Formats: sequence, C-alpha cells, structure tokens
Amino acid sequence: MSRSWRAVLRRGSGLPAPVWGLATTAALATAGCLADPYTLSTWTRILSLGLLALSVAVLAGTAGLPSLGQVAPYAVGAYTTAILARHGITAGPVQLAAAAAAAAVFCLPIGIAVSRTRGITFLMATLAVGELTAVAAGQWTTVTGGTDGLAGIPATQPWWGTAPILEDQAVYGYAVAVAVAVTAVLWWTLRTPAGLLLQGCRDDETRMRASGHPVARYLVAAYVGAGAIAGIGGALLVTGQRYVSPGDVGFEVSALVLLAVTIGGGRSLGGALAAVALVALVRDWAAATVPGRGPLLLGALFIAAVYVHPKGMVGLGRRRRQHPPVEVEVPSS
Amino acid sequence: MGPLNALDAYLIPVIDGVAYGLLLFTLAAPLTLVFGAGGVLNLAHGSLYALGAYAAALISDGSWTSLALAAAAGTFAGAAGGGLLSAALMPVTGRGHLAQALLTFGVALVAGAALVLAFGPDNLRPTVPAGLDTTVSLAGHRYPAYRLAFIAIAAALAAGGWLVLARSRAGARLRAMVDDPHMLACLGTNPRTVLAAVLTVGGALAGLTGVLGAPIIGPGPGTADTVLLLSLVIVVVGGLGSVGGAVAAAVGVGQVQSLGVVLAPTWTPYLLFAAMALALLVRRQPLPTGGHA
Amino acid sequence: MTQTSRPQLSARGLTRRYGAFLAVDDVDLDLAAGDRHALIGPNGAGKSTLLNLLAGTIRPTAGQVVLAGRDITRLRPARRARLGIGRTFQTPAVLESLTALDNLVVAAWRHTGTHTAWRPARRRTLTARGLHRLDEVGLGDHAHTPARELSHGQRRLLEIAGALSADPAVLLLDEPAAGLAEHDLTLLLDALRRLPAQTAVLLVEHNQDVVTTLAHTVTVLHHGRVLATGTPHAIHTHPAVAEVYLGTPHGTG
Repeated sequence: MSRSWRAVLRRGSGLPAPVWGLATTAALATAGCLADPYTLSTWTRILSLGLLALSVAVLAGTAGLPSLGQVAPYAVGAYTTAILARHGITAGPVQLAAAAAAAAVFCLPIGIAVSRTRGITFLMATLAVGELTAVAAGQWTTVTGGTDGLAGIPATQPWWGTAPILEDQAVYGYAVAVAVAVTAVLWWTLRTPAGLLLQGCRDDETRMRASGHPVARYLVAAYVGAGAIAGIGGALLVTGQRYVSPGDVGFEVSALVLLAVTIGGGRSLGGALAAVALVALVRDWAAATVPGRGPLLLGALFIAAVYVHPKGMVGLGRRRRQHPPVEVEVPSS
Repeated sequence: MGPLNALDAYLIPVIDGVAYGLLLFTLAAPLTLVFGAGGVLNLAHGSLYALGAYAAALISDGSWTSLALAAAAGTFAGAAGGGLLSAALMPVTGRGHLAQALLTFGVALVAGAALVLAFGPDNLRPTVPAGLDTTVSLAGHRYPAYRLAFIAIAAALAAGGWLVLARSRAGARLRAMVDDPHMLACLGTNPRTVLAAVLTVGGALAGLTGVLGAPIIGPGPGTADTVLLLSLVIVVVGGLGSVGGAVAAAVGVGQVQSLGVVLAPTWTPYLLFAAMALALLVRRQPLPTGGHA
Repeated sequence: MTQTSRPQLSARGLTRRYGAFLAVDDVDLDLAAGDRHALIGPNGAGKSTLLNLLAGTIRPTAGQVVLAGRDITRLRPARRARLGIGRTFQTPAVLESLTALDNLVVAAWRHTGTHTAWRPARRRTLTARGLHRLDEVGLGDHAHTPARELSHGQRRLLEIAGALSADPAVLLLDEPAAGLAEHDLTLLLDALRRLPAQTAVLLVEHNQDVVTTLAHTVTVLHHGRVLATGTPHAIHTHPAVAEVYLGTPHGTG
C-alpha cells in the first residue's frame, strides 16, 4: 500500500493505487478467514489505531501540520460511540457518522486557534490538547465514567436492522470495511484539487497567500477533516473492544501512533498504516515476553527512529522555504 | 453566605494555587527559555522534575540534613539529565523542531518507564522535615507549614532567577539570544554552548523544584506527564520565550488547578483549553512573511 | 498616454517604521492601467519593503493603499490577491513538491471567476491554460517536473507564469531578472512584453537593461523616500540621482 500512495504523489508510476488498495483489502479479508479470534481482535485494534495514524499522517504529510494531539478527536469519537451505544443506538453507520461529526465539531474551534501557530507553538498546543482531553476523560465522571471508563457497551449492528456483531471475526470484518472505506475516500480526496491546495500550503504558504488562497481556512479544514478520520478510528476502537477508558486515549497511544508515523513517514499514508501494525505488534509481543517493559521499548524505538530515520515525519516539521519570522503585525490570512 | 465568608472559604485553595503557580513557574521558565534560546521543545522536562521528586522520596527521611542531601542530589540529577539531553540533541541539530521534539519525547518515554521500573508503579509520599510537618494558623484556618515554606523558597528561586536573567552578563546573553539568535552568533557566542548551558541549568532547576515540590505534586508514574502538560499550557498561554508571560500564566494555571478543583472539578481541563485558545486567538502570531528584503 | 486614466493602485503617505528606522518614509505612488513603472534605488532604499506594503505582506505604520478606488490598507495579502494584485518574490517562490503545471493550476485557482463550476472541470480548464502558458515561458517540456528540480531561472519563470495566470490588474515584480542567465532573461522579457496592455506593472529591478527595455516611468527611492520620478531618460540625467548612485556598482550610465 505504501507504493500505492507514493504513486499518487508521483503520478503515473507503478501500479495504479486502486490495484494496491484492492490487493491489501483482499489480503486483510483472507487473514480474517484464517486467523484465530485473539489475533483478529488485535488486528481490529490495529485498524482503529491505523485510522488515527492516517489522521496524523495526512495532517503532517500533506498539510504540513505535525499535530502531536490527534488522540483528542480519537477520544471524542470513541466516547461518542460508547455513549450512543449505551443509549441503544447501535447502528454502525449512525455511530460512525456521529463519531466523525463530534470529532469534527470538537476540532473546529481548536483548529481555528492552533492553525494560527506554526513550529514549536503548534507542537506544544496540540500536545496539550491531546493530554487535556485524556485528563478530561478521566475527570468528567458523569459522562465518561471517569478513570473506570465505560464498560458493557452493546455490540454494534453493521447496518440498520441487522443482528449485532458479536464474534471477533465479524467485528474484524466490520473494521476492515470501515478502514478501507475511509482510506479510499481520503485517497480520492487527496487526488482532487483539495490535495494540491494543501500541499501548496505545506510547501510555501506565503506564495499561496500571494496567489489569493485563504491559507488559514484550508488548514482549519484539514484539521477538522483529519479530526473526523481520527473520530472514526475511535468509533472502531469501541466497536472492537466494547469498552473505553482514559488509558485508551492516553499518552502511550499518542506515542505509539507518533512513532508509527515517524517510521512510516508522513507523506506515505500506506507506510504509516503498515508502521502502526508493526509497532503495535512489537509492543504486544514485548508485553507478552517481557512484561512491564513495553513503554521502555516504545521509548527506545522512538529515539532510534529519530536518529536512524532522517526522512519520514521527522523531516516534515521544517517548512521548505524559511521566511524570516519577523513582522509581528502580519496577520494570518 | 456573605461575600466575606465565601472569600474565607476559598482562602486555602487560593494559597494552594499560589504554591502550585510558583512550582509551575520554576518549571515553565526554563522550558520557555530553552525554546527561546535554542529553538528546542524539551518534552523530557517533566521527567527531570520527576527525577527530583523521586530523589526527595528516597533520601529525605524527615531530617534537615537529608532534605539538603536530597536537594543536592535532585539538582545534580536534573543538571546531568539536562546535559545528557543537550548531548543527545547534537546529532539532530538542524533537522527541524519536530525531530528534536520527538527525540525528547522518546527520552521522556524511556525515563518514565525507567523510573517506574526503579521505584514501582505507586505514588510515593516523601517525608517532610519534622519542623515543617505541622500546620500553622492562617486567618483562622490550619495550613501546612511546608507549603508556606515552599511558597517562600520558590518565590526566592523565581526572584533569583529573574535577577540573574535581568542583571548578569550570562542573563544578558541569553536574552539577546532569545531576541535574535543570529545576532548573538555574530558576537561570537556559540548558540550550541548557550543551548547546552540553558538545558543544564534548566534541568538543575527542574530537579531542585522536584525535590522541594515533591510534597505538593508527588513522585509517581503520571508526575512527569502532569507537570509537563501544565508547563506547556503555561508556555503557550504566556507566549514562547516570554518569562513575564510565563509568570502571569503560571499564577492563572495554579489557581485553575486549585480553586477550579474546589469550584468545578469537571471543568478544569476545559478552563485550560479555553485559556490556551484565547491566548492563541488574541495574541498576534508571528507567521512567516514574504519579506526577503 | 497612460497617465490619463484613473490610477489602478495608489499609495498615499505610505510609511513603515522599524523602531527608530524608517524603511519607507511618506511615499506617494500612482500606478495607472498599462503603466510599466520601475522602482530603483541603492540597497536598503526600501524598495522591497514598499512592494510588501503594497502586496499586504507588511502592514504600514502610516498611510493608505487604494486599489481601483477602494481602500485596501487593512486587507490581508490573500484578499488583495483576489482583488487583482499579483506578485513575485525576490527569491523565486514556487511550490516545490508540485509539478510546474500544478503550480500554475494552484496559482490561477482563485482567479478563474468560475467558483461555482464543477471542480474537476475547473481543473481541466486550468490545466489546458497552464500548459499553454508554460510553453510561452519555455517550460513546456517541464510541465510534469516537480518544481524543486527546476533551475533558478526556470523557477523564476514559473513564478512569473503563475502570477500572470491570475490575470492580475496590478503586477508587482521583485527583481525578476536577478540571477537569470542570458537565455532565461530573453524568455522573461518576452513574457513581460506579452502582458495585456491594460495590466499595471511595478517592477523593482537592478538590471539597467531590463529597466530601460520595459519601463515607461522610473521612480528612485533613497532612504525610504522618493528621490525622483520621471521617464527613464529624465532619471538618467537627473543630478540628484547621479549623486546617490555615485560610486555604487549600478551607476546611472
């Protein structure tokens, strides 16, 4: 899949992206028929994290906004789904739409605020947003169940009127369908001029303004759209494990996804997805073989990834053209 | 309840907020200066505080000597940590803010995991020196003596830091570098040396704050995250590289953390959200311009 | 012939102060439709600052900018661009990861006047126009080359082609000829000569040949103030201008 995304960027090289997408989907579906339930529930979680990574990658790679706090809309989507389900709304499409919408609404005011910043201030503000959301999830007991979380969430129905999906295999199938659909829609969106305009903002926003583009509006739109993707990821998380707690949207999840995007590179969406799978599997393996050393390993991987992988997301924080950051009077446009 | 009574009821949280605010300020000030002077976002800053707090829990046994020992150990550990960080950052100089921030993020993860491995997953309670392990009467309320002493010491630390920054030669250089890194390079001071110095001194300060602040925000698995998050909020609200802004923001965040918990516990995270959003929207952000002149 | 119409763009008392330093000091300037106006002056005279003030990248400390009768002093760069002010930068600003063709599509995107049109159709129209325009500046063979792989001269031409594809009423060019080889310079002059007659052009330029070839009017800026305005010939022989340039590499001769 990584190849397919690069093909999108370097138009016309390699196999067409849809071919790669179909091949990956087929592989995921075959795996669903063969693997045991435990493995499948792991993979459902990886698909959920994959959408979160996609959200980080598209924001960092295409729009040039390396957000450290995408776990915030992920949490909003997850809790929205959990609350809906506990109120008897278990239709999958409704849950997904509500999770995406809630995450997008959440991201709109925050996007307006953080898109005024660049560089370190953006990193700090987005990290704080992500962490504060986890804190809020732990404190808003009446709605989120506090640190205990929300348990006993009813199973999702894949469509109106169908039976709720209970088996791991069916849940996995649902997750594959949603993840593939979201990825396909995102792929298509980036192929439209919207993708070009975002890349333009990443490359040189001063030039974009001088060509009449309302850069701030584009970036807010990207932030909101990426938030909606993360929100859908959160919905998948809840459908998959039927439980949600602040630990699911905390520091370690942020770190895991950031590490994946660091390794996979922000410009290659498929690379980010593959890296999430890799990192999550390594972490699970570590948790099983050397209990308690998971975070240590994650951190060590992180440091190593920054040192040995000079490209990838790490290189994205730098805007291509550095304008002198003077002129305090100049407003964003 | 009359207004005076209401005021009286909130006196303790307000004083707690002052202690919180001063603690956070001594943490946020080095963070904002490290950014201002070196363009580095140090996400491992909270871990240095945690290091100091664990040192206090480990060494301080209620005697003054042990507290002094803990302070020395915490300061040294913080300084060493800061120095190591600046060395670790050397290879990624010039690779952009994000690479540096992610590296310190990785260091924070490793440090957090290592501290849990070394000291266990529980929150530790450091022993306060016997002389301060009491309460004093404050307008009719009993208030922990240690906190009052902490307020005095932290205020002295903050004032001392301000004096160094405002009056000394090194402080002048630092301020010059925050204002214009290129100019300082022209004057013959190596920006890397300044960055290493700021990281080391900032680390020492964080370690010392950790020792002294341990009875207020104690050592535990979440300590580094908590203090880092609050320091980040303070720096964002106060403005990058601005020590004066950090003072005002720290006082505000301290009150939100203490008064807010009393008045509307659910809403404290949102108050911090709102403060950040407001600061970002109201303050004019120095966005890149097309001025190539 | 060009001074009869109402000015397209005019500046009144435009001032920009940095602390005690006056970068642009009380400048009045009028650009009428069809004007080819060159702005010259020694380094640090405030030419680029003036251009940035007109484009909106910098806010003035005092003074007014008026476009076609409308006060645009408080408008932001993107808004001014949509109202018809196109510009290029001293260092060519192109979108590095986009192809040359996509650079032109993006440059014209907000200016087609077809905002309601179906987006893919708009893109097709702009792609066709972009290919044509790339041919005009000699970049036809590089339509699908990412801009980061283009040479300095090619980037310069690409940026100018982008500014032109927005059909601006006023075009601000910041040293378009700087660093161009002979071949690219010819292409540049060709492209600028093909500009629609009614476009008003303000050009900051050091290259004397480019100024004399293109400009009908020349304004000399010195220490942020207008020293003289007139035809290239009049400026050439202006005593105060000669004095300013005495000993500088640009000379007046």
